[in-house]
Amino acid sequence: MISAPDVVAFTKEEEYEEEAYNAPALPEEYSVPLFPFASQGANPWSKLSGAKFSRDFILISEFSEQVGPQPLLTIPNDTKVFGTFDLNYFSLRIMSVDYQASFVGHPPGSAYPKLNFVEDSKVVLGDSKEGAFAYVHHLTLYDLEARGFVRPFCMAYISADQHKIMQQFQELSAEFSKASECLKTGNRKAFAGELEKKLKDLDYTRTVLHTETEIQKKANDKGFYSSQAIEKANELASVEKSIIEHQDLLKQIRSYPHRKVKGSDKFLDEMEHIQDQANQTSTTSNPDESADSDLYTCRPAYTPKLIKAKSTKCFDKKLKTLEELCDTEYFTQTLAQLSHIEHIFRGDLCYLLTSQIDRALLKQQHVTNFLFEDLVEVDDRIVEKQETIPSQPSQDRLPTRTLEECPIPKVLISVGSYKSSVESVLIKMEQEHGDEYKEVEVTESSSFDPQENLDYLDMDMKGSISSGESIEVLGTEKSNSVLSKSDSQASLTVPLSPQVLRSKAVSHRTISEDSIEVLSTCPSEALIPEDFKASYPSAINEEESYADSEGAIHFQASIRPSELCEIQEDSLENTPSQIDSSCCIGKEIEGQLVSFPTPVHTLSDEDGVVSIPPQRFRQKDQGFHVDFAAENINPHQDNSCEVFPASELDPSCLLASRDVSKTSLDNYSDTTSYVSSVASTSSDKMPFAHPTSLSSERHRKRAGQNALKFIRQYPFAHPAIYSLLSGRTLVVLGEDETIVRKLVTALSIFVPNHGRCAKPVKHWVSSPLHITDFQKWKLIGLQRVASPASAGTLHALSRYSRYTSILDLDNKTLRCPLYRGTLVPRLADHRTQIKRGSTYYLHVQSMLTQLCSKAFLYTFCHHLHLPAHEKETQEVVASRQASFLKLNLGLVNEDVRVVQYLAELLKLHYMQESPGTGHPLLRFDYVPSFLYKI
Amino acid sequence: MVAMAGGRRHRRRPTTAAAAATADWLSRITVATLLPVIKTFSQAYRETALVLCEKSAFQTIGEEQSQNPYTELLVLKGHHDIVRFLVQLDDYRFASAGDDGIIVVWNAQTGEKLLELSGHTQKITAVTTFPSLKPCEEKNQLLLTASADRTVIVWDCDTGRQIQKVSCFQSTVKCLTVLQKLDVWLSGGNDLCVWNRKLDLLCKTGHLSDTGISALVEIPRNCVAAAVGKELIIFRLVAPIEASLEWDVIEVKRLLDHQDNILSLVNVNDVNFVTGSHVGELIIWDVLDWTVQAYERNFWDPSPQPDTQQEIRLSQKPHDISIHHFTCDEENVFAAVGRGLYVYNLQMKHVIAYQKTAHDSNVLHIAKLPNRQLISCSEDGSVRIWELREKQQLPAEPVPTGFFNMWGFGRVNKQASQPVKKQQESATSCLLELIGDLIGHSSSVEMFLYFEDHGLVTCSADHLIILWKNGEQESGLRSLKLFQKLEENGDLYLAV
Repeated sequence: MISAPDVVAFTKEEEYEEEAYNAPALPEEYSVPLFPFASQGANPWSKLSGAKFSRDFILISEFSEQVGPQPLLTIPNDTKVFGTFDLNYFSLRIMSVDYQASFVGHPPGSAYPKLNFVEDSKVVLGDSKEGAFAYVHHLTLYDLEARGFVRPFCMAYISADQHKIMQQFQELSAEFSKASECLKTGNRKAFAGELEKKLKDLDYTRTVLHTETEIQKKANDKGFYSSQAIEKANELASVEKSIIEHQDLLKQIRSYPHRKVKGSDKFLDEMEHIQDQANQTSTTSNPDESADSDLYTCRPAYTPKLIKAKSTKCFDKKLKTLEELCDTEYFTQTLAQLSHIEHIFRGDLCYLLTSQIDRALLKQQHVTNFLFEDLVEVDDRIVEKQETIPSQPSQDRLPTRTLEECPIPKVLISVGSYKSSVESVLIKMEQEHGDEYKEVEVTESSSFDPQENLDYLDMDMKGSISSGESIEVLGTEKSNSVLSKSDSQASLTVPLSPQVLRSKAVSHRTISEDSIEVLSTCPSEALIPEDFKASYPSAINEEESYADSEGAIHFQASIRPSELCEIQEDSLENTPSQIDSSCCIGKEIEGQLVSFPTPVHTLSDEDGVVSIPPQRFRQKDQGFHVDFAAENINPHQDNSCEVFPASELDPSCLLASRDVSKTSLDNYSDTTSYVSSVASTSSDKMPFAHPTSLSSERHRKRAGQNALKFIRQYPFAHPAIYSLLSGRTLVVLGEDETIVRKLVTALSIFVPNHGRCAKPVKHWVSSPLHITDFQKWKLIGLQRVASPASAGTLHALSRYSRYTSILDLDNKTLRCPLYRGTLVPRLADHRTQIKRGSTYYLHVQSMLTQLCSKAFLYTFCHHLHLPAHEKETQEVVASRQASFLKLNLGLVNEDVRVVQYLAELLKLHYMQESPGTGHPLLRFDYVPSFLYKI
Repeated sequence: MVAMAGGRRHRRRPTTAAAAATADWLSRITVATLLPVIKTFSQAYRETALVLCEKSAFQTIGEEQSQNPYTELLVLKGHHDIVRFLVQLDDYRFASAGDDGIIVVWNAQTGEKLLELSGHTQKITAVTTFPSLKPCEEKNQLLLTASADRTVIVWDCDTGRQIQKVSCFQSTVKCLTVLQKLDVWLSGGNDLCVWNRKLDLLCKTGHLSDTGISALVEIPRNCVAAAVGKELIIFRLVAPIEASLEWDVIEVKRLLDHQDNILSLVNVNDVNFVTGSHVGELIIWDVLDWTVQAYERNFWDPSPQPDTQQEIRLSQKPHDISIHHFTCDEENVFAAVGRGLYVYNLQMKHVIAYQKTAHDSNVLHIAKLPNRQLISCSEDGSVRIWELREKQQLPAEPVPTGFFNMWGFGRVNKQASQPVKKQQESATSCLLELIGDLIGHSSSVEMFLYFEDHGLVTCSADHLIILWKNGEQESGLRSLKLFQKLEENGDLYLAV
């Protein structure tokens, strides 16, 4: 079960305490919380508390007005994933915490039913008995046939790791909001269509009734009406009333604030655009409303039918499915997004955190990171957000629960940050009650007692390890009713009292005797600045965390004092580890920890823990663990084979389940092309699918593994890698395409990029090479044909031999310049203990990053490149450069060339105003080559 | 296990040529390449060697070229046919033209394509710039291009505008010359026409020959020398002295000293100009009385040299000694004779240095650099840099290390060398030493242009133009620009 990387994180303090002295301290921002269950001898990758499901999954549930809460579907839709986990029971739990009384119907004082555009609520919920913790996203969809026109749904991200949910709350919230927005947009569209149909029906009915009444009137001219006629007249009246009501509803749904629509994701806009095109034939009634009405115009081909004026609530009638409710296209889209969510939050929390930190740090190196980093990760984010790079990302970005911010009892809206407060005020301008809330918040937060926080944390911990008590951590969100002030008031007041909630929760719960509810709130989706919402999906995860960095999630606990006291005693001994696990990421905690009465682990100790790269995607590793030698996968290990339509759209699933066994996945180009074909065939609108990033994940691993193999197999790996690093094109010559491609892919991890375009790697060429190829490509796989026809190819190769190093795979020879440096041996040590491809990849990345920083220093040291005074000659400058490279950067022999080459790339990249305008240069040296053989 | 792996790793070594002899077909080529040098190969392999590698007896340089400054190149793509002409416009711009009929203006510093001038429908046969008479008068530089579509177009090089087009030619214009003193330009085809700046035809000669004028050069006293087949014709231009008089061009003299077609015609200095013919005659003429000052013919005639190497050079074309191009400095005339390079000293009136087989194939263009360096380009696709050196006593031949030693498995650049040249010409006092070669084009290099600041531009039949740059210098320039940009952005913090 433990699919740990090469090195398992130390979890016993005695072991790493000694290490901490000799090993250099890890940068602060890389410190990851100490594993809380270390004292119990558990390892971080064991199942936490006997959860019945094997990995995280997403559950969509509905509170059906007919049968009550029921699970609809899971993502991934694989029974193996949730195993024996009781979905029905959990649906009940998650649906029961939707505090929002999304009131629709006839509000007092209003003649017509009002639609209430409620914000989604976001709740964090825990069930320690089941060992399940969930981020629950409630939303309501409109259904003309439903009671009050609403159908409550919820999407839940269910994980066994509570901290993962808590710490990734903001990211989860952002991602789920996108999915929700997609559903709701589709739903509004469908609802509007439904209304229009209904109106047509009513209209038709009215006409029919009217005619009948007229006939009756004519038929009897006795001066009095028969009861039949009166009935008809009444019916007609009610039909007319119904028409007005429905027209009003239609107006309401169409008047859904367009700002919100715009604020939703780009993909929605794209969807709408596409749909607009599809609906081009449909007539647009009002040019003024075209933006909106386009969305809601229904298909014209509808034949109205006679209906009853009084809609009877028939409970035996089959309710619409989710797909019917939200337009198939949007539904598919949502499923794709949910699969994406499932994918990006896969794996251990520490992995998620580390990769987030990683990316944040990478962003800071915007001058050099184009050289070796993966483009997919860096790409757009850098371009978009260079100016907003925070100075201390490690502090800012992590949703830490700091002492000041933690539990503010009975507060709904976070006031923890200036930013979110400002935002909320801005939005609340539409409501008159905004100021009132604010006052409440301020007063509440000021009356915060730190001790409570501690207790809260304790309980939190206690609950999750011992299943005797069940804890609910509820993160709710402010609801923001746009239309109805009274409604918003109502929805806000409900959760103000935890007792209310508790009683509600308890009523559904029979398992826990001591149950504690922690109500936490977070800034609503509406408080997130618009800019960050609508952006490239892959970027959102990161950007959101930045956007809200200052106003990070503030989980606010409301605890009943009586319960507090009880639990505080029980759980005091657990405090240290608990605090470590939940809070220690933020630096500011460090100081406060000291003041705790109980001994705590110091941060320096923790540094020892994470001196090892965290494992990437635990489940994935289980599923896809590939023995390099065997090049195969046990089919039964493949746990991600999914039958679900959404997962079919998910390229990762496809790749994982079907292709691993039969095709060579180590080949990156093949993978991407395959993915793109999948994308194009299944759906063109798949903004959520991330073929590149997903396959790059695999690509890295395979590349790392193959690179390791190359290093172990070929004694001349060092000069070959030196060639790549110094910008001398390496031609891999061989007959067998798959072998060549595999090696080219592996070696491509050493190839510096020229810019933010694709790596200068050509996997397979069979035509003679040209000078432009060497200018463009730095690593080429060349086909050797055993026929006279290849003379041209070989002739060209010999002609341009000074620009290339040639690795002959068939003869196992390498022809390239001599290398005597020290850098590559460290980078590619054939005696390395690293066994896994992904680990080696990370090792290479870290070494290359180090190299990049040297190149950066060299490039941007002013005095190295410019004469200090006018009389200084070029020779003096050159000697200064040489001594800097040698003495300050510690480079010997050919290593200098590597840094010089990287420096040139840096210069070119920095100078390049807009990508693509620069011409690639071919730099070369007149150095003799040598032939290496095994 | 680990130790074993380590041991294997340290066994890596550069192997020797002998070790590679067992290799496959591929290495047989290599062996064949080497064998002529060793002189032990059989007739059976000879043809392979000739076909694949053409020859091995010309001087080569290894990969270690410490004096070769060109360590950076930029491939410029803009043409889709043979690029034949390069002309410098100013300090940083040049124009290229070729068989595709388009003219491209480039930035020699950045390699940026500035303009593309299209107007000709057929290949371009002659290009020249028309410098303005006074610098202030007209800023825009004009470019004249003649094409096989029998037109001449005047372009504005700054805007890319086509200023004027002349299409009244009876034949293709093969050469263009600007007489700056008279502010006229001449076009040479089957006849010679004189034009003014406004493109008015001032006067023209009668039909001269069907082959047409192949070269034109300005000589003093308003004269031009035109090479028409074997003949060299001197024309004099008569400018209008008064308003009534019109321009006229008079044939003054026909010189019939060449025995074959004149291929090259270059002004040497104020007193001499030089012509070269298809059969290798080099004649130096006096510019004033048009008399033969010197005649050189036999020096590069290979016939009296019975040599074992000749056998290998069977594939050489018969006109191996045609003089394709000249370049001159104050003392010497540098001639591209066949595939060789010769330095003819004007004072001593004999060849002071030469390379009989400087290239694999005919040398097409040569140029003298200020620093006693000579650059040559050839049909074999290579550009070579030579340095003219005083000969040491008992000159040691430079050690050629196989040009094609890429497949010389295990052949390090140290190898048994073969003296290429005979010692018979001890009369030569200097030698041309190969200091570097530039390999990039895959086909004949037609012409090149040397920029003092920006390096070398070569154009070729492979449709490409390559900008060769001094890597060190460029690196420094980039640094300079980098810090300029940093300063502009306000990101530069100088340490105190």
